[in-house]
Amino acid sequence: MKTVAEILKEIRPEFDFAASKDYIANGMLDSFDVMTLVSTLDKNFDISIQGVDIVPENFRNLETIGALLRKSGAKL
Amino acid sequence: MNFMFRRKRISGLLAVVPARELSFMQEMKNFNFSEARSLKLKEVMGYDKHRVVEPGVCVSDLAVAGLEHLFKNDLLRPDEFDALILITQSPDYFMPPTSNVIQGRLNLKSDLLCLDINQGCAGFVIGLIQAFLMLEQESIRKVVVINADVLSRKTSPKDRNTYPLIGDGASITVVERDSGDSVIHANLKMDGTRSNVLMIPAGGFRLPSSPATAVLEDGGDNNLRAKDHLHMEGPTVFNFVQAEVPRMIDDLLKYAGATMDEVDYFFCHQPNRFMLQKLADKMQLPYPKMPSNVVEQFGNSSGVTIPITITSNLRDRLMHEQFRVCMAGYGVGLTWSSMLLDLGKVKFNTIIEYK
Repeated sequence: MKTVAEILKEIRPEFDFAASKDYIANGMLDSFDVMTLVSTLDKNFDISIQGVDIVPENFRNLETIGALLRKSGAKL
Repeated sequence: MNFMFRRKRISGLLAVVPARELSFMQEMKNFNFSEARSLKLKEVMGYDKHRVVEPGVCVSDLAVAGLEHLFKNDLLRPDEFDALILITQSPDYFMPPTSNVIQGRLNLKSDLLCLDINQGCAGFVIGLIQAFLMLEQESIRKVVVINADVLSRKTSPKDRNTYPLIGDGASITVVERDSGDSVIHANLKMDGTRSNVLMIPAGGFRLPSSPATAVLEDGGDNNLRAKDHLHMEGPTVFNFVQAEVPRMIDDLLKYAGATMDEVDYFFCHQPNRFMLQKLADKMQLPYPKMPSNVVEQFGNSSGVTIPITITSNLRDRLMHEQFRVCMAGYGVGLTWSSMLLDLGKVKFNTIIEYK
């Protein structure tokens, strides 16, 4: 199983996600990247993140993504 | 708003798709994104092939070709329907109505109610609702419902948000009275406060097209589009669909006194594969019960995606079998609408190509 940080690096290898606290505001993830990320997280953690939870606030940084994964039933 | 109709049925379905097929693999170079990112999106969203018209082809061309096919193959007589409804966002002209243009090109009778409706992705269900209402009149025996759009002509080839998924096409649905005891339930909601999230800003009377409205601009997302082009706030539309559609279908089933289990298929509008799979997950439906295989073959052709999904997935089976189906459309307006009905034993259910 990959970590969220590894998955983010695969989607946008040009960015240093560890150096940012807001991937959306810093332009590191656009809406299509978020869909790619959700699809990958679903498969990686064997969950289905709910469509209504696919909003920018949940993808700002590792903490918010982690909270979303826990809400979606992922075993972290 | 809820609707209930008795003794009405769909008796034939024809989809008309342009023969011209474009491929996302060939178009990737037009977008301002790396190949790797585009390929990931291809997998997630279902970007693959889409059908678009040749330059100059209009909605009435697709509709006339479809009706001529039905007349020529004795599937429909020109004098046996009393109303022609066209649902489109891309009419041939501001005026006259394109339904009248179709009537004129085919020399259809003057005793024919022609009506244009400006609707998009919910347009298939809305057209059916309108047709069922018309059939309450004794003078109307059959209604031809045409959904058609050529929105590729209003989409920027440099906008990855819209162009790879856009599809052109038409469908012709024949609706008539049923001698049995069939009951059809439908519901409909609209929210004009969000009308700006899916729009073509220029070209109407509010902002007429001009050289300035044809200039490509970066909307801040590395996509280039002009005010003459289709604009879509993708995340807003996505969240609207995820929030409203499961609730709408749940309300419809309650209104009809039906359960999810008794529905054979959920034929939903197909903007992209990801959106449908998320809907299916939310509704706890197995993916085959909500087919999402049309957008990757034909593109998103607005109100035509539901009939294309039916024709391409059920084909000849629909001529011999009957299914309990739920249809759901959602999009421009914003508008969302669904319908529960028995569908089957139709006279025709096929796809033809427009060349």
